[in-house]
Amino acid sequence: MTTATLPVYTKKDFQTDQEIRWCPGCGDYAILSAVQSVFPELGIPRENFVVISGIGCSSRFPYYMNTFGFHTIHGRAPAVATGLKVARPDLEVWVVTGDGDSLSIGGNHTIHMLRRNVGLKVLMFNNRIYGLTKGQFSPTSEIGKKTKSTPYGTTDRPFHPLSLAIGAEATFVARSVDVFQQHLKETLKKAAAHKGSAYIEILQNCNIFNDHAWETLTERDARSEHVVQLEHGKPLIFGKNRDKGIRLNGLELEVVALGNGVTENDLLVHDEHDPRPSYAFLLSQMELRPGFPTPIGVLRAWGDVPRYEDVIADQIRDVQAKRGIGDLAKLLHAGDTWEVRP
Amino acid sequence: MSTTSVPPRERKREIREQAVIRFCGDSGDGMQITGSQFTNTVALYGNDLATLPDYPAEIRAPAGTLPGVSGFQVHFSSSDVYTPGDSVDALIAMNPAALKMNLADLKPNGILIVNLNDFGETDLRKAQMTANPLEDHSLDAFRLFTVELTKLTRAALKELGLDNKTVDRCKNFFALGMCYWLYNRSMDGTIRWIEDKFKSKPVLVEANRLAMQAGYSYCEATEAFQISYEIPPAKLKPGVYRNISGNTALAMGFVAASQKAGITLFLGSYPITPASDILHELSTYKNFGVITFQAEDEIAAITSAIGAAYAGALGITSTSGPGMALKTEALGLAVAVELPLVVCDVQRGGPSTGLPTKTEQADLLQALYGRNSEAPIPVLAPSSPGDCFWIALEASRIAIKYMVPVIILSDGYLANGAEPWPIPSLADLPDIPVHFEKNPEGFQPYSRNPDTLARPWAIPGTPGLEHRIGGIEKQDITGNVNYEPLNHERMVRLRAAKVAAIVQEVPDVVPAGDPSGDLLIVAWGSTLGPITAALKSERAKGHRIGHIHLRHLNPLPKNLGEVLGRYDRILVPEMNMGQLVMVLRAKYLVDAQGYNKIQGKPFKQSEIEQKIEEMLD
Repeated sequence: MTTATLPVYTKKDFQTDQEIRWCPGCGDYAILSAVQSVFPELGIPRENFVVISGIGCSSRFPYYMNTFGFHTIHGRAPAVATGLKVARPDLEVWVVTGDGDSLSIGGNHTIHMLRRNVGLKVLMFNNRIYGLTKGQFSPTSEIGKKTKSTPYGTTDRPFHPLSLAIGAEATFVARSVDVFQQHLKETLKKAAAHKGSAYIEILQNCNIFNDHAWETLTERDARSEHVVQLEHGKPLIFGKNRDKGIRLNGLELEVVALGNGVTENDLLVHDEHDPRPSYAFLLSQMELRPGFPTPIGVLRAWGDVPRYEDVIADQIRDVQAKRGIGDLAKLLHAGDTWEVRP
Repeated sequence: MSTTSVPPRERKREIREQAVIRFCGDSGDGMQITGSQFTNTVALYGNDLATLPDYPAEIRAPAGTLPGVSGFQVHFSSSDVYTPGDSVDALIAMNPAALKMNLADLKPNGILIVNLNDFGETDLRKAQMTANPLEDHSLDAFRLFTVELTKLTRAALKELGLDNKTVDRCKNFFALGMCYWLYNRSMDGTIRWIEDKFKSKPVLVEANRLAMQAGYSYCEATEAFQISYEIPPAKLKPGVYRNISGNTALAMGFVAASQKAGITLFLGSYPITPASDILHELSTYKNFGVITFQAEDEIAAITSAIGAAYAGALGITSTSGPGMALKTEALGLAVAVELPLVVCDVQRGGPSTGLPTKTEQADLLQALYGRNSEAPIPVLAPSSPGDCFWIALEASRIAIKYMVPVIILSDGYLANGAEPWPIPSLADLPDIPVHFEKNPEGFQPYSRNPDTLARPWAIPGTPGLEHRIGGIEKQDITGNVNYEPLNHERMVRLRAAKVAAIVQEVPDVVPAGDPSGDLLIVAWGSTLGPITAALKSERAKGHRIGHIHLRHLNPLPKNLGEVLGRYDRILVPEMNMGQLVMVLRAKYLVDAQGYNKIQGKPFKQSEIEQKIEEMLD
């Protein structure tokens, strides 16, 4: 790596000359734009960025990023990226995936990447549908949903991606929305600052096969009633007039109206650094209950777990310090040998 | 047992050229350790040798039952050894089940040592025997020695105050001690091994050493054996030797390859029999900077290796048939993105789970063709345990030079079998030049070296080389996504031409035996031993026979077609239903005949001889 001062990058430096092949109106455009805006600000040489994807609409992402990029096979991006990151811990590796790629065919790699805490940033575009194969239900589709492969409605209970990630003890878990540009960029920057695995669910609209999937959250009027923005150290308040809050009652969350004796001091104060996954898990299940808003922002950012690639490199250094650097001739002659004389 | 007071008796010692000995017992009886200790001892003495470990897939089937029988066969000789031996001169059977499963391979008048204490009614029932073979004269054709192995071991160890279970676990060393006496071998090597193995438990050092010495002294003291044997050292080529198994040789070969290439070795692997020892072995070489990644599954194992190769490491993955099937899609990706990768398939019996611990050669067509669409991959096959070392180097060299995934087809027999191996000097190892593209001037990710058709290895972190690769069809030269019909055909042909160009690395074949004549044997992989032995004996009878053993199965040697034409008949022995023979018939339009054995066991020399004679009749 050079020690010369970093060039001043702009968004343009991260755009490619390739024709973008997403449908007009696809939420992916907004996410691409946010990423291209954030990368120049991270203080990382462009050649050190690698964007790795699997298969699906979202996975075309690397072709549109002027960085190193690898469009791999369905579901396997976390495994390819793990090999890359372990071999080259100095690289800044981002994985782009979708709800089918990450949670269905690639579910196994996702959870194992998270438990190992490999230093990868994962952008999981959740549109609750299979887009590239033209409209089958996905592992995040709501039960009963009628799709091309389920004309009578799905019979599958869906995954809640952040619950799954927290269950795998992910050290950084966040959620943002394709159209909340400012929030999305801030969330990406926070993920970039995290050392271990960062799993970001980005609620993304597929205007062809599952339009309006997140409409209750994104419609301008409804937004503040149905979304609670998590901010570290601040109470959980939401509502158009910021008149509602979330309170902890035993092991349950409850929605309370502010006033009538209920003040901000009674509300749950968000602590993204809480080492217990149980707290973040509670947040990740919030919107499943009637009357509750959907939390966005960083649910969990626990920095005390070492990165996988560092643990591996440290172990190699330790062994080399103890046993000395390997000597091939000695290796070949190890154990019992005998000489046959002429 | 007091042994010191008994003076050594005058006993006959007979010089023999060779011997085959098999230890068999319950899988909890330590037969693999016993066999490998005997092997090391005869190797250190200077015999040539070959081994055949044969163990069940179950870790511990119920003790004393037929499925639980584990065996280890050693053929050692003062002349060249090609096979572990068709039949055995001495059989050590620790229980009735082991006797039942192995007796058929004992030569008439062969030595048969059994543990008398394990031939009770219950033991016989577990082995599904109705009569006691020690009493019904069914073993009269052999030299039967019934030894109270359990009782004698307990007596030898009684001072140590150990429980019976622990003591009984030492009885394999009593048997080993007997064999050392029988074949006039020193116990020193095994004592050194015991001292190292149990160094944290001194009482077990004592127990195993005492048991072995008791077995040795038992033979010395009793009149049981009137004769002992001496197999003089073999006249091997001068040099320094060690004993080596195929899996160890593969692991060391990859370490050597990464050292010669000057890049990090990355192994992505998921445990699977009989390939796991490659993972075990490489995980001990952290001092060489080796990264071993025990992945969550076979797919992550190969895809992580692809990721590491993308990063500029020597990416490898090791597996067996079922894992190979799971890696198929990722192999196609490696073909498309043209990154170096080595995949070791240590073949076992199939289909599906099949025979996890037994050998087979039935993954050849899978390796050659088992992917969607046109996805050619070079395939190499080692022919002996020691050859695995050289194959690892060759596969790595080709993968890097041609930017291509390479498959190595080893098998269970090579993986666990051992032979004396002349240790090469570092100067004997091939160079493996690596060139990472650095120059952004006119850089194109799919431009090609005119000689090899390899694309540049342009690794992340190189300024100015930012580019995108992927499994989707690419435009020639630029690597951009491209669906044009003529571009696709061009790319398919380019990928095929690149693999075909590897033929320039493949030496012309020179048949062993007769350069032309009545019969040509064409084979590959672990069948080298029995074929070499059979070739020698059949040529001595006056037949004009040649033998080609293919190390490169794709691409095939340039002159193979011409050589096939020099013989009247072609025989292709394989441990499958006829896979290489199908390739040869299709490619060269020759009337090659298959000879197929699918029993999870290597060919015997006699089987090949019989087939040769049948063909020449």
